[in-house]
Amino acid sequence: MDPGLDETQLMIRDSARDFLADSAGSELVREMESDPRGFTDDLWRSIAEMGWLGMIVPERHGGAGMGFVELALVLEEMGAAALPGPFFSTAVIGATALTRHGSDRQKARFLPRLAQGDLITALAFHEKAASWTPESIEMSAVKTEDGWRLNGEKLFVADAHAADLFIVAAHTETENRVPAEESITVFLVESSGGDDIELTALKSVADDRLSAVRFKNVSVLPDGVLGEENGGWRVMRDMFAFGATAKCAEMLGGARRVLDMTVEYVKGRVQFGRPIGTFQALQHRCAEMAIEVQAARQLTYQAAWRLSEDLPAEREIALAKSWLSEIFPRVCAEAHQAHGAIGFTREHDLQIYTRRAAASRIAFGDARHFRETIAQSLGL
Amino acid sequence: MRYEFSLEEQTFRQELREWIVSALPEGWDGTGDAASGEDWEFSVRIRHELAEKGWLTLAWPAEYGGRNASHMTQLVFNEEMAYHRVPGRDIFGTRMLAPTLMVHGTEEQRRRFLPPIARAEVQWCQGYSEPDSGSDLASLQTRAVDEGDEFVINGSKIWTSMAHRADWIFFLARTNPEAPKHRGISFLLCDMKTPGIVVHPIVNMAGQHHFNQVIFEDVHVARENLVGELDRGWYVAATLLDFERSAIDYAANARRTLDDLARAANEINAADGRSLAEDPGVRRRFAELATEAEAARLIAYEVAYLQSRDEVPNMEASMSKVIGTRLVQKVYAFGVELLGMYGQLRRGSPYAVMDGRMLELHLNAFSATIAAGTTEIQKNIIATRGLGLPRG
Repeated sequence: MDPGLDETQLMIRDSARDFLADSAGSELVREMESDPRGFTDDLWRSIAEMGWLGMIVPERHGGAGMGFVELALVLEEMGAAALPGPFFSTAVIGATALTRHGSDRQKARFLPRLAQGDLITALAFHEKAASWTPESIEMSAVKTEDGWRLNGEKLFVADAHAADLFIVAAHTETENRVPAEESITVFLVESSGGDDIELTALKSVADDRLSAVRFKNVSVLPDGVLGEENGGWRVMRDMFAFGATAKCAEMLGGARRVLDMTVEYVKGRVQFGRPIGTFQALQHRCAEMAIEVQAARQLTYQAAWRLSEDLPAEREIALAKSWLSEIFPRVCAEAHQAHGAIGFTREHDLQIYTRRAAASRIAFGDARHFRETIAQSLGL
Repeated sequence: MRYEFSLEEQTFRQELREWIVSALPEGWDGTGDAASGEDWEFSVRIRHELAEKGWLTLAWPAEYGGRNASHMTQLVFNEEMAYHRVPGRDIFGTRMLAPTLMVHGTEEQRRRFLPPIARAEVQWCQGYSEPDSGSDLASLQTRAVDEGDEFVINGSKIWTSMAHRADWIFFLARTNPEAPKHRGISFLLCDMKTPGIVVHPIVNMAGQHHFNQVIFEDVHVARENLVGELDRGWYVAATLLDFERSAIDYAANARRTLDDLARAANEINAADGRSLAEDPGVRRRFAELATEAEAARLIAYEVAYLQSRDEVPNMEASMSKVIGTRLVQKVYAFGVELLGMYGQLRRGSPYAVMDGRMLELHLNAFSATIAAGTTEIQKNIIATRGLGLPRG
């Protein structure tokens, strides 16, 4: 049992911390919230140069071949910085999907570009039902003479506006009535720039560029299937597992930053002639936040470590995400109370995290979703 | 990073489990009150077996006959013993007094007091709290008047666990009323049979006799029973003991209870003929508590990990106690609620479910967030020592 970081891991964390402090301060975050693209080429290039995009991509495909834990450490720092841009969609989701389920050809074709910063990916899963079940997929993929034809609308697609490659879950027609999870296929759809893929921007709480994406008679060649035909649910479950854990790491970073901001604030803010941090009422709030963040760290690292080691992790991921989904918004709420009125103004950094907490608590499964997994793990 | 116990630790856990199965009666569900009646005799018997196995002094250095076990091995031991509700561990002797004597005791004191503790021959109790000194322990008023060869003690200790079973007491008394409050206290040892000591039972709301008040009236304590320097007892008591302080017991107790309750929920039928386990509200509560139990467990593991690296986990140990004690209270209260009308039945009552254990655990657990540093004191430590907030 060793919940500590080794030397390489410490180095990765520190270099991420330093880089983000220099290149991605809260001014950039604010600027990007109203920027149509939401990130800059400069920043994206620098991130690629740091080697983070291909962190979990094998070396022979141009990546760094590191473990998921190392990627989680970088994500934690990105969460602390509230870094804008399609890093998560690409380096977590795209890289996981392609590395773990891509054919040799797909890997050779996409992964080197992804690692270099020349390929942005976006996951198109949710539809109107907006749940994490195979039954929620209505989008159809019909087999044609030269491949597949996709029709349907996806919702809540992050980074669609910048995507070069969509990862799309669709319902494939089957002869017999089979369970939904045996009739899902995942497709790799390259963005042609044509009008067969139509984007509608959504306005979301974290200003994180979500879109509704309509696929209109989009043709996909046979080698555009990721994983096996009708075996897409396995691919999806895998992406959800890594995605949820990676989201935990990001949220952990955010929660940690909010705690630090609050501790600094109550040390400096003077009322009744003394720093408000001397008042037990506030000290105890801070102590509670610290306990919640401490547990968040351990739960997140445990899940990430198990994924890194290829061990069963379903229960640990559920524990981590249900905890993070509860505590990140709560830590933000406590921080607001400690900050008084200034915290909820746009000019203060705290609200940046409060809005991200509202988005990330539901991303890749909210607490309610994961509680069912936990209940089952108890034998209920 | 590694979230898995080493092979050696896993092997030890396995060995321990096998012994536990052989040592406990079939279907063992824990003692009702380890300090009374048959349960006490059973406790003592188990403690002797632990002593024979060398597990009572697992953590002691080899020079005192211990096994010099790592912090993680100690944690595994405490986790398993707590999960299986094995009685017989000796907190006051092996885990509190002995390490104190190893650091501050004279050669003569160690030679005299350590072997009987290791052989499970003596029960110690701890005299710290007083009627007017709880969280503000350093304000304690029990007087020890220095009369050269001996001290004469007058005063009263309260919430003294096991005093009615104890052979000896280690306690704090004021030897210098003129000095600042932390600097006039001494650490003393006393035979409970010494004339002038009277033990009054305090029965809690579960009906159990665990706590006592101990009155000292002109009790004579030989000078050789002073541990450490005169007037330095506060610092003797506060020595950062290098024994495992993860508080893993709470998380282990909570997990055990959740496992028991999950089995019960599968079997108990709600009014509509379905099992309680099918109720979404029940499933939700189970999941929330299981999540908190995992959080508490991992925080406890981190305390032992930091100790294994020779770091002093003051903040982390306080965090572990806050989250762990709150957790057991929640779990037991949930257990009582889950059992519905049956939740109110005491141990031994006709129709009692789970032998009234949930109610008993629930009523006993009120002390958890109070004993050994209240939740409020722990949060003060987290805020000031851990987060660096200014003292008020």
